[in-house]
Amino acid sequence: MSTPLFLIAFPLIISVILLFLKNNAARFAVVTTSFFVLSAASIQLASEYFKSDMQFLTVPWGFADHAIIAAEILLSLYVLFTGIRHKQKLVTLFVVVQLFPLLWFEFKGPHIEIEHPLVVDRLSVVMALIIGIIGGIISIYSLGYMRDFHEHIHKEYRDRRCFFFFMVFAFLGAMYGIVFSNNLRWLYFFWEVTTVSSFLLIGYKGTTESIKNSFLALRLNLLGGVGFAAAIIYLQTRVGTLELDKVMFSQNATILLPVALMCFAGLAKSAQLPFSKWLLGAMVAPSPVSALLHSSTMVKAGVYLILRFAGVLEGTIAGFMIGLVGGVTFFLCSCIAVSQRDAKKVLAYSTIANLGLIVLCAGLGTYEAVWAAILLIIFHAVAKCLLFLCVGVVEHKIHSRDIEDMAGLIITMPKLSIMMQIGMAGMFLAPFGMLISKWAVLQALVDFNPILAVFVIFGSSVTLLYWVKWMGRLLTVVGKQDEIEGTVRRTEWFSLGALAFLTIAVCGFFPLVAHSLVEPYIEEIYHRTVDMGHGNIVIMLIMLAMVALFPLSFLRYGKSVKVVDAYLTGANTPQGIDFYNSLNTPQQMDMKSYYMQEFFNEKKLLLTGIAVSTILILISVVSPIC
Amino acid sequence: MAGIDRKITARLQGRVGPSIFQPFYDVLKLFEKETMVVRRSQNFYVLFSLILVIFTTGLFAWGANLLLVIFALTLSSIFFVLGGFKASSPYSFIGSQRELVQIASYEPAVLLSAIGMYMITNSFNIMTIFTCDKPLYIPLAGILLAYLFILPIKLRKSPFDLSTSHHAHQELIKGITTEFSGRALAMIEIIHWYESIIALGIIFLFFSSNILTGLFAASAVYFLMSIVDNSFARVKWQKAFSSSWLVALILGVGNIIILSFLSK
Repeated sequence: MSTPLFLIAFPLIISVILLFLKNNAARFAVVTTSFFVLSAASIQLASEYFKSDMQFLTVPWGFADHAIIAAEILLSLYVLFTGIRHKQKLVTLFVVVQLFPLLWFEFKGPHIEIEHPLVVDRLSVVMALIIGIIGGIISIYSLGYMRDFHEHIHKEYRDRRCFFFFMVFAFLGAMYGIVFSNNLRWLYFFWEVTTVSSFLLIGYKGTTESIKNSFLALRLNLLGGVGFAAAIIYLQTRVGTLELDKVMFSQNATILLPVALMCFAGLAKSAQLPFSKWLLGAMVAPSPVSALLHSSTMVKAGVYLILRFAGVLEGTIAGFMIGLVGGVTFFLCSCIAVSQRDAKKVLAYSTIANLGLIVLCAGLGTYEAVWAAILLIIFHAVAKCLLFLCVGVVEHKIHSRDIEDMAGLIITMPKLSIMMQIGMAGMFLAPFGMLISKWAVLQALVDFNPILAVFVIFGSSVTLLYWVKWMGRLLTVVGKQDEIEGTVRRTEWFSLGALAFLTIAVCGFFPLVAHSLVEPYIEEIYHRTVDMGHGNIVIMLIMLAMVALFPLSFLRYGKSVKVVDAYLTGANTPQGIDFYNSLNTPQQMDMKSYYMQEFFNEKKLLLTGIAVSTILILISVVSPIC
Repeated sequence: MAGIDRKITARLQGRVGPSIFQPFYDVLKLFEKETMVVRRSQNFYVLFSLILVIFTTGLFAWGANLLLVIFALTLSSIFFVLGGFKASSPYSFIGSQRELVQIASYEPAVLLSAIGMYMITNSFNIMTIFTCDKPLYIPLAGILLAYLFILPIKLRKSPFDLSTSHHAHQELIKGITTEFSGRALAMIEIIHWYESIIALGIIFLFFSSNILTGLFAASAVYFLMSIVDNSFARVKWQKAFSSSWLVALILGVGNIIILSFLSK
């Protein structure tokens, strides 16, 4: 069995096993083994394919195509009945609009011969590594997290852990399916599997809010699916091919409309404006779900698809419009993130913003932009995952997601705070990954269209507002506090430590990754190389080394300094953290961060964004017709 | 430079003013003073901010990539801000919040300057920009004006001395530097010097087609900053933020749009 097939099939098999495994110890064994297997297999895949250009594979079983069609019908019927049962009109409508036309054309439309159903190239390898390693890390984290979730924190929710792990691994299998599919119908099927996984996992808690948000996610993702289905039908009837590689390298002008429609699906899946609401709503799900689906993997599938078509989009109005949607999303969502106090909401908006940046690059489609986009995908997947998992643990220990409640975390949860800071640094600070990517994005944009750089400039100026404010909150310590880290589970520590290590390692080794995987991919598609400048790489590595030295400063931990209380107009009480007010009674002081809500009102900015992006998308889909 | 600033300020205020070397004497004296902290680790942030800003200045002088220099400078500034947070005092806390708003205010204009320079010289490399014989301040006039507008923010001078200030007119005791003393305060002083050098270095680049013009421009601008500092009262941070973005948008982005059309 070829490695890609194994990677698709293995998680699916494991998922079924986990569905029936109630015993904690057995589940632990299966999940941890799977992590090692998947990671090893993904690395094996990388070693097999990193030297070669795009390679095609066939599935040894002739019935595969029929099996997928059957599965697709079953899945769609399930969603249809769920929609009817819960009286969700739009859900029902969207499923009907997709299912019946697709089936009609499947059986009555022109028969398209599929030469190569599966593909592996360096982009698939990059995605596979992310899915395997990060997906695996999250599954291990979930063992400890979900145990706390059900046994200690939320005893009121029904323990459906078997179902949870079943869904997680089914989802991983589907993700592998997406990145290895060359047959666009198969890709569409795996795509819809991820939609349904997201729907079911968001609604995991079973509360009214969860169910409401899960249907919101389902609706918007199905809407994207409608676009995808339309694209498939168009390709089948008007273009005559259903293979990803043929679409990617087609010189035919008719290819632009179906590509634009598939990008529409990609925008929905990646929660770009105007679809962003579903991702915000998805934050009700348990943290592993947020990390896996809604930051590191599923939403990456959306940008992965758009990125695949970057070559087609380059130089077109449709591509430019899609790029603009990304740029506008990046800018507006970065601004909104400043005004948010809920940690998961900040992370959600930041995720949407960074995906916007990737979409901006993909829509532009130049070789430099795509290079920057792939780097962004890698760095963001790692750092954001770390942050979501950290926030999950913090939420369990301090019972709050409010940033203001995380004051003094550096004392109460030192190791965790440091990991959070690594994650945050990874998101915006030089010389870490996201900064490198932003640098690459700016370089890519100036050549093409400097006006687009404006979105990136203004957006990135704002990002440091919410990251540094949050970092600072962790550091500000008032009064004595106890350490509460002791009860964090081993599985959680393992995952967090692994991700923190990866965040730093990926930065340090990014020249290697870029050289062996990203640049050859760009070379293959665009026949040009990207040169970052050897000097610049050296500078970045020096900066990384300097920043890495920072923790060492704590060794000589302020031995020769005199410690005093903070200045509180000279009227400190003996405790030192209160002061005597004008009535000579002790008064506590409190410090709250700036949220700049008068500038960055969530409602207003979202409304503007939805309006603008809807117009842009309409232009992008209509322009190929004209 | 700091000394000259103080001399000018004094003369404008009708005083004789200290010797222009006074800041050096002050820093040396600060190193001798007792260092007091609220949290033991707070000074490390300042130390690293200093190391990084020296590194950044070195990069700038060596002629490295301008974008990288700007990001490295941001890294240094952020360490400084984190130090203010770490100090865990209400005054330094607000100072840090405001400093963040200040950084967000001036970043766009600074990055737009880099973009503008790229559009004319086709490179982000400082050495290339420096050796370019086209005068950059003519096609980039809008961007230059935007940069001049935000320069007082960068240098923490009135009307934008929101997070901390050198002079007696302060709102928040000493803002972000409230809880720093002795060695740390001396280092902060030195950090400010290096920041001024880089900030003016960018002005120099605008005029670098002729080295003498460049030096003259940088000095003139610094003189101008001093006068502005003494002429205006402090604005609210909201005003600083909105006005700087408006200026960056109209003058800076406007400049880029015009250049974009001209080059087509």
